[in-house]
Amino acid sequence: MSVFFLQRILTLVATLFAASLIIFLVLDALPGNAAQMLMGADASPDAVRALTVKLGLDQPLTVRYLLWLKGMAVGDLGNSYVYGTPVAGLIAERLVLTIPLAIMSMLITVVLALAAGIYTAANHNKIGDVGVMSLTQIGIALPNFWFAILLILLFSVKLQLLSAGGFAGWDDGIWPGIRSLLLPAISLAVVQAAILARVTRSAVLEVLREDFVRTARAKGLGKREVLWRHVLRNAMIPVMTVMGLQFANLLAGTIVIENVFYLPGLGRLIFQSIANRDLIVVRNCVMLLAAMVVIVNFVVDMLYAFIDPRIKVANL
Amino acid sequence: MANADAPLIEVKDLGVRLNTSRGPAQAVRGVSFTLRRGETLGLVGESGCGKSVTALALMGLLPDSAVISGSIRLEGAELVGLPDAAYCKLRGNRISMIFQEPMTALNPMHTIGRQVAEPLLRHTSVSAAEARQEAIALLDRVGLPDASKRIDAYPHQFSGGQRQRITIAMALACQPDVLIADEPTTALDVTIQGQILDLIADLVAERGMAMILISHDLGVIAENVARMMVMYGGTVVESGETQAVFTRMGHPYTQGLFRARPRLGARKGTRLTTIAGTVPELADLPAGCTFADRCAIVEARCRAALPPVVDVGGSHGVRCIRTDVSMADGGVVA
Amino acid sequence: MSAPLTAAAGTAAIAPGARPVTGFWRRALRHRSFLLGAVLSLFVLGAALLSLVWTPWSAYDIDVASKLHPPSAAHWLGTDVLGRDIVSLLLVGARSTIMVGVIAVGIGLSFGVGLGLVAAARKGWTEELIMRMSDFTFAFPAVLSAIMLAAVAGPGMVTSITAIGIFQIPTFVRVTRGSANAIWAREFVLAARAAGKGSFRITIEHVLPNILSILIVQATIQFALAILAEAALSYLGLGTQPPQPSWGRMLNDAQTLLFQSPMLAVYPGAAIAIAVLGLNLLGDGLRDLLDPRLARER
Repeated sequence: MSVFFLQRILTLVATLFAASLIIFLVLDALPGNAAQMLMGADASPDAVRALTVKLGLDQPLTVRYLLWLKGMAVGDLGNSYVYGTPVAGLIAERLVLTIPLAIMSMLITVVLALAAGIYTAANHNKIGDVGVMSLTQIGIALPNFWFAILLILLFSVKLQLLSAGGFAGWDDGIWPGIRSLLLPAISLAVVQAAILARVTRSAVLEVLREDFVRTARAKGLGKREVLWRHVLRNAMIPVMTVMGLQFANLLAGTIVIENVFYLPGLGRLIFQSIANRDLIVVRNCVMLLAAMVVIVNFVVDMLYAFIDPRIKVANL
Repeated sequence: MANADAPLIEVKDLGVRLNTSRGPAQAVRGVSFTLRRGETLGLVGESGCGKSVTALALMGLLPDSAVISGSIRLEGAELVGLPDAAYCKLRGNRISMIFQEPMTALNPMHTIGRQVAEPLLRHTSVSAAEARQEAIALLDRVGLPDASKRIDAYPHQFSGGQRQRITIAMALACQPDVLIADEPTTALDVTIQGQILDLIADLVAERGMAMILISHDLGVIAENVARMMVMYGGTVVESGETQAVFTRMGHPYTQGLFRARPRLGARKGTRLTTIAGTVPELADLPAGCTFADRCAIVEARCRAALPPVVDVGGSHGVRCIRTDVSMADGGVVA
Repeated sequence: MSAPLTAAAGTAAIAPGARPVTGFWRRALRHRSFLLGAVLSLFVLGAALLSLVWTPWSAYDIDVASKLHPPSAAHWLGTDVLGRDIVSLLLVGARSTIMVGVIAVGIGLSFGVGLGLVAAARKGWTEELIMRMSDFTFAFPAVLSAIMLAAVAGPGMVTSITAIGIFQIPTFVRVTRGSANAIWAREFVLAARAAGKGSFRITIEHVLPNILSILIVQATIQFALAILAEAALSYLGLGTQPPQPSWGRMLNDAQTLLFQSPMLAVYPGAAIAIAVLGLNLLGDGLRDLLDPRLARER
């Protein structure tokens, strides 16, 4: 195994530990007595004490932290304070919605951004470039939940093509589910795509100025051939970095967008759990989101090595 | 093919106007020369004098915004104004170019084998396997050790000298008629420079190509080309047989260039002579002789109009109206 | 045979900070996106300031009898479900938005720039630690930290300001450290060190003044991001709480009435978009104007 890979794995594990520690400290150590919070201020001390013991909150902080880590390792995240059902099950139910939503909007983002970014770079300073770049400037300024509301206004209220919210599920086949996720995915994607398109454009423009582009032209390749065969792969490194960072924003965005469309996903679960003071659910959901972000950025790092031959060999 | 005496490349009154950040600039004007098969021509001058722009004009690789005037003919066919698609059929096929920076001239993401084979696949009908074999043979010829083993390596795994050998192999892949070498050794160690220049000279002789060698280094020019042109401020200030120019330097700029080169064996403490002033910005060139502001023997009439080329004998031309003074002592400079 | 000419160098070197101020304003007035950005930003700022002294109606008085009025001479953009005047709500909302933005960016600036300067001045493990921490914080979007904070401290303006402020820190750390490192490598810093100045003095006297323009540009863009985050948090009910008007909250209220009064959902969103667009254009324009070298290709 290469040193590069080993280093990244170690960083990944360390980051996950740090994340779990911070999340645990913020959500379990700071709030004082979770049982009291759950039962309200006027609950009898005896009842609070009984609940404290029942939830295992009477144990020392370190024990509770280690138990949580152990639980994550074996897939037992404890039971929800409010519903009494296993947290793992609650989360799994919601991921069926959130993961397809995240994938759909990432796909839309990448397709839109690469198309716009490459088009504008290839037509640098021409009218199409200026036009698309102005659009992205506006796209960046749009709050995604407002864009979502505008989409609802257009497609649900005016055109009555798609429902304004809710999730059809996957039981009736894949299409009803995708249909109900379409508007949410688009509203998440458009803003991100505007940013990524600008990154792609400047990355491509930067590579177009490199010497090897002139070499390729001197070999007799047309501008288009040079763009596709020589420029794009070189331009992908900064684009992928931003894509990795955007994934964090995308997950945070699902929390907001799921609320706009009343989608029963992970974001809505977190949100309801805060309202219910169901801290064990919040803690595990936040940990899951943080882990997804860290892991996606790890995968991006790995992809660098796959795309760029210089990284692999230098570190073998 | 036409007989060997017919001109291969014929450049007449070439002018290039570029859009720079400081406004439009006449980067090249009035450049003319003829090159036959097997001939070598050197372009010498400081950076920004227009020699690389001339080369890129020949390659048709100037930015779209550049305005090119005059004529460039390859075996009689006009290249100025040729659509890019048609130019692509010539580049890397009949005219090839080697660039200054071997470290950045290769695509870091592609294997060297792929990059050397690329012009073959583009311009000839060979199969991928044949192109690969040919690439190995080419890399072998330019002296890359273990070519067959290292063909799938990436550019960063090679030294600067090796990379320049790879770009040479790439330029020669389709047996071009004309090779343009733009400062091919400037970025390399002194010890490697000689090897690379020798390699280029061997290949030019072996394949009967015409070569245009661009350098800021008079020594490189003296040793490698039969004819030379000295450029300054976008114009050719002196041209002729290398031998003749070095024997009787006519233009004050050429003389200054010669005096300013460091010499081995110069007595310790000898001051290196420099040409006073700096190269003028192409965007604000003076009206008359471009060298007027730095010239020691400048007169008022030098600034009136661009001086004509004076033939000082044996097709040795000098763009100076004061050759009577500059060449008074035979143009020999100490 | 080697370089034959020792051309006199020095034409390209321009002393740092020597650009005349008059040139800045002359170029600024010709820079289209800077002008548009400045106009939009001043428009929003003006609305916020105006709301301090005057609003057409009170933004807090509830008058259910005149709820959901269409635009009229009395209520230019109509009224909301509680009968409040939309224009007044928008004006006061601008104030909340700007306040949250200013404080959050202030938090980000003071902590981020401080840590970034320390990282650049100290190098070694201090730099490594600061950068790792900021990388880590960067992975937590503002909404996520706000959710954690809201879970323990309850929702509210303080929660959202804190969460957004924390989210701002790593960006400022990176930008500060990156540009400060470049300054540390310059000759005049070397000269100052040779003259025996300590790293604190060098940081204050040389590094900070030279990265100021970069920080101003970044702060402008971060301000826009803070506004977006504040709107999202208020929309979710985690930020500014009623009865204090805020644009995000107005959108949340409007969503339930989408079929009856669709325009109620348009105005606040447009206000957010105008503010963010204005600041982004202003930031891009400032980057062009303050550092032409960086901006040539934009």
